[in-house]
Amino acid sequence: MAIASTDTAIRSSKVTRTFLYLFLLLFALFYLMPLFIMAVNSLKPLEEITSGGMISLPQNWTIEPWLSAWSTAQIGVEPTGLRPYFINSIAMAVPAVTISTIAGALNGYVLTKWHFRGATWIFGLLLFSCFIPFQIVLIPMARILGILNISGTTYGLILVHVVYGIGFSTLYFRNYYAAFPTELVRAAQIDGAGFFQIFWRIMLPSSGPIIAVCCIWQFTNIWNDFLFGASFASGGAAPMTVALNNLVNSSTGVREYNVHFAGAIMAAAPTLLVYIVAGRYFVRGLMAGSVKG
Amino acid sequence: MAATDPMLEGADFRTRLQNWLPKIVLAPSFAVMVLFVYGFIAFTIYLSFTGSRMLPSFDLVGWQNYERLFRVRQWDTAIVNLGIFAGLYIVISTIIGLLLAIFLDQKIRGEGILRPIFLYPMALSFIVTGTAWKWILDPAIGLEVTMQQWGFENFQFDWIKDSEMAIYTIVIAAVWQSSGFVMAMFLAGLRGIDNEILKAAQMDGASNFQMYRRIILPQLRPAFLSAFVILSHLAIKSYDLVVAMTDGGPGTSTWLPALFMYEYTFTRNQMGIGAASAVIMLMTIAAIMVPYLYAELREKN
Repeated sequence: MAIASTDTAIRSSKVTRTFLYLFLLLFALFYLMPLFIMAVNSLKPLEEITSGGMISLPQNWTIEPWLSAWSTAQIGVEPTGLRPYFINSIAMAVPAVTISTIAGALNGYVLTKWHFRGATWIFGLLLFSCFIPFQIVLIPMARILGILNISGTTYGLILVHVVYGIGFSTLYFRNYYAAFPTELVRAAQIDGAGFFQIFWRIMLPSSGPIIAVCCIWQFTNIWNDFLFGASFASGGAAPMTVALNNLVNSSTGVREYNVHFAGAIMAAAPTLLVYIVAGRYFVRGLMAGSVKG
Repeated sequence: MAATDPMLEGADFRTRLQNWLPKIVLAPSFAVMVLFVYGFIAFTIYLSFTGSRMLPSFDLVGWQNYERLFRVRQWDTAIVNLGIFAGLYIVISTIIGLLLAIFLDQKIRGEGILRPIFLYPMALSFIVTGTAWKWILDPAIGLEVTMQQWGFENFQFDWIKDSEMAIYTIVIAAVWQSSGFVMAMFLAGLRGIDNEILKAAQMDGASNFQMYRRIILPQLRPAFLSAFVILSHLAIKSYDLVVAMTDGGPGTSTWLPALFMYEYTFTRNQMGIGAASAVIMLMTIAAIMVPYLYAELREKN
């Protein structure tokens, strides 16, 4: 007996459909389990974790691990908690996202609406730069940051993230503006509108969705970065991911699993929040990063 | 030749500025790219032929670093691990992603809830993912103890502490992180397939299996290709996940090339060898990305 509605060609039996739902539910549990374990165990006293039963709900609920992770846990040598590093990450991500998005919008506009010889080549080179393994630039980057006297600072990280974020932000805006009617730009030009006037009055007002996609993706990538943070900003300027890794992998003292889980949720919270609030744009950015050109 | 045209000479500075503005606006990004990407690549390639140790030095030593690199045991480990990790990661993520997409495409009730659940790991940092899975797979507090307490007393799962098996735990965490993304790509592909063709095939008596085998999967080829390119690129770059889960251990058993490069360059003061390993990583990724990007760009023009 066909269960599926008539407008689809694929029909399946009741047994098959039960299996489908079972399979999908099992996978939903598989994907949710780590988040559930992190949440549950961040609200338990340490003994409840070490005595086993990672999956069970807390017997004594406590927010102590959260307070400790936020303000007193030992990161490296100082018992500062993750708060200063959370602030570092924000101070790094906000300017880096803003600058790379503005640059991407301008680049995308030039590359699609002001064709000149070699534009495709420039775009190709920019595109490839998104996909290089960053290990290839670590050594010279460390030297340049040293020469500029901003190694080990948030400014250094902002520079790094802007530089290696421009490729992706240009890709987003270029693909979006490629579909924007060029006749409108030509018409405005004939009416005497200049380069920036066209950008401000014609392109930007319809760029809302792509600005959202670009900001979300730059933010996610920059917030989640570990390699650059670990290479260029250890110590007090470290971003959240580096601080979390130091907290979890520090070899001294008792392993406070509950504090680690609370810290992991804190490190995940901003991007998770963005995903929940603006998942649509998140997915669109994901697809734009895979279907290029 | 606007600049030498007497009619335009000096008279219309504004027009000429307007002609140059697009290039002037693009110039900073272009300069940054040339210096920070291609200049740096050239610099690292140069370093890979020098005797650099703790600091860069400029005395050329020929292919020595590459010869030594391929004699170092840890590089062997890293390459073998990359083979195991990338192979399993790509194949398993693709299979799971494809199955989830096909199943979700059957007019499933609650698709709007399931889809975001499958995809959310992609929003997390590998450090968070690694931390979670490190403790879940830790035999002292995680899955093993829990299963034993539930009555499966002989249950054992201590791969993360086993130098032979630890690399497979990295695969588990990495698949958890990215299979939802592969699902999203296949789902987009499936939604783009014309239902009329399928209906016609059905009238001709094709079974569901035949329709997938003969019509649907062949049409998903671009999605397969994109998934392969993105996943292999992620696998070659993998660094954070290993650092968070095992930090390369037990011993050096979960080293990947990215970890090797970092260790040799910044911890063991063998910058020449580190640079050589980075060059090999770049070449590997370029071998996959350049043809792909070339094809994608050419199609559009």
